[in-house]
Amino acid sequence: MMTRRAPSKRGDRVLALTTGAAAWSIPALLVALLLSLAIAGWPALSQHGMEFITGTVWAPVQGQYGALPALYGTVVSSLIAIALAVPVAWGVASLLTEWCPVRLARFIGSLIELLAAVPSIVYGMWGSMVLCPWLQRLFPSIFPAGSGIASAGIVLALMVTPLITAMTRDAMQQVSPLVKESCYGLGGTSWETLRHVVFPSIRRSLAGAIVLGLGRALGETMAVSFVIGNNVFLSMSPTHQGTSIAALISSQFSEADGSQRSALLALGLLLFIITTVVLAIARMIQRGGKQA
Amino acid sequence: MMTSTSRYQRRRIVNRIAWLACLGVTGLCLVALGAILFQLLYSGLPKLSLEVFTSRTRASGGGLGNAIIGSLTMTLLGTLLGTVVGMAAGSWLAASRSRWSGLIRFASDMLLSAPSIIIGLFIYALVVLPSGGFSGWAGSIALAIIILPMVIRSTEDMLRLVPAPTREAAYALGAPRWKVLTSISFRMVMPGIITGILLGCARISGETAPLIFTSLNTNQWNWFRLSDAMPNLPMTLYQNMTLTGYDMDKVALAWTGALLMTLMILVLGIVSRRLARTS
Repeated sequence: MMTRRAPSKRGDRVLALTTGAAAWSIPALLVALLLSLAIAGWPALSQHGMEFITGTVWAPVQGQYGALPALYGTVVSSLIAIALAVPVAWGVASLLTEWCPVRLARFIGSLIELLAAVPSIVYGMWGSMVLCPWLQRLFPSIFPAGSGIASAGIVLALMVTPLITAMTRDAMQQVSPLVKESCYGLGGTSWETLRHVVFPSIRRSLAGAIVLGLGRALGETMAVSFVIGNNVFLSMSPTHQGTSIAALISSQFSEADGSQRSALLALGLLLFIITTVVLAIARMIQRGGKQA
Repeated sequence: MMTSTSRYQRRRIVNRIAWLACLGVTGLCLVALGAILFQLLYSGLPKLSLEVFTSRTRASGGGLGNAIIGSLTMTLLGTLLGTVVGMAAGSWLAASRSRWSGLIRFASDMLLSAPSIIIGLFIYALVVLPSGGFSGWAGSIALAIIILPMVIRSTEDMLRLVPAPTREAAYALGAPRWKVLTSISFRMVMPGIITGILLGCARISGETAPLIFTSLNTNQWNWFRLSDAMPNLPMTLYQNMTLTGYDMDKVALAWTGALLMTLMILVLGIVSRRLARTS
């Protein structure tokens, strides 16, 4: 529905055409992405069917491709990351908005943002060279190998904390000062204001930020593939070595061909569907908040 | 009186505990940040020398010269491609009252939050498989797709800040739409758009996952030959850390590369922040 008048000059027609083409290339890219992954992964998907998702054995030599170990590692490492990151992010955001002088808050805020700027491969290197040996030395009974699904969760937590902190802080700053001041006026402490006024009023933003962080953690590749251990056998213990979808793809792709490559591309499609569903949920939560 | 005093005490203590907890977790974050930066400097500085920039990567160590040039080439080309398409699409979204704009915005958001490894696989299936080999072009296109939605968003957000009366005044003087867009709207908000582009550039210059499937890596000099596999910094770090089974020399070189990469990203971040403040 173009309600505008058609551009009369040639320059305007060129402008409308080129910008329109650029805009329409975005959904086209998305459709092409889905189609190309589906086509490239089709041989593996059609051969294994549901077995592809429920199978527990990933053995390229025998032509067996079961994604469950990778799926398990992806989900569990991301949930561990969120469980660690959310309390930290809320604490930091509370400190920055309620308990900290503005200049100091801005300084600490930009330091935390620095954490978000560090490239993910550096997190992976740091995790494998510093964090994993450290965990192994301090808790040898819990982290027998140092690396593992829980170690990946810790590194992921470091990566998503700045994201969740920034979104939480922005939401907290949207809370009207009038409401907060009336709580202080009634004699409430900072904690009581946070607990009974600020947090309840931004529930949806908080939930949206958490789910968005989860989406980021699910798709992270480099940091995870360094520390998760790359063990394709299903081990239910979260502190043991495992693998994730992204880590499995990145570690096996270069040596793979034929059916294995197809299976890895199908895994990519699976990951894309999972993250898309998670992000759609995040968006629904946040949009619901705006209308209510 | 007794009870109310003790109750007051208890509330004060709870408040103090909450404060300490917040302080504690913030401290934890800063310690983690410090530990990462310390490790970057501690492991990266010893190997830093002129040789790192002038010689290519070798099985026996060598430098990172070819990887740095390859990374710069692909990052710049990716940024350029993504910026051209992204600014066009962003200005369409800002101007459009079409009912399709919601769909396009949604697609752009989906692309923005797609894991970068998926973008790499996509370009592998779309470009590398048909063209028969890994290439710098494929790497640049993958990076362009990652930066694209970021440019779209910052362009649209910024153009929406241009006051309608400013544009209307230009229309009233008889200026065509393209002229208003290029010489009035863009000129007003250019610092903001450039901020977005620089942040996107910082993000793609550290991306590793999409390059595994597109440009791959090589330890040869590749003077801007985009049709061949292209050396790049992130992949070199990845391979030095994983493939060689802990050759300490290569690990040290990887840390030097990580230090250089992180420094570049930090500089981009600082420049964009300065720019955002002046606009």
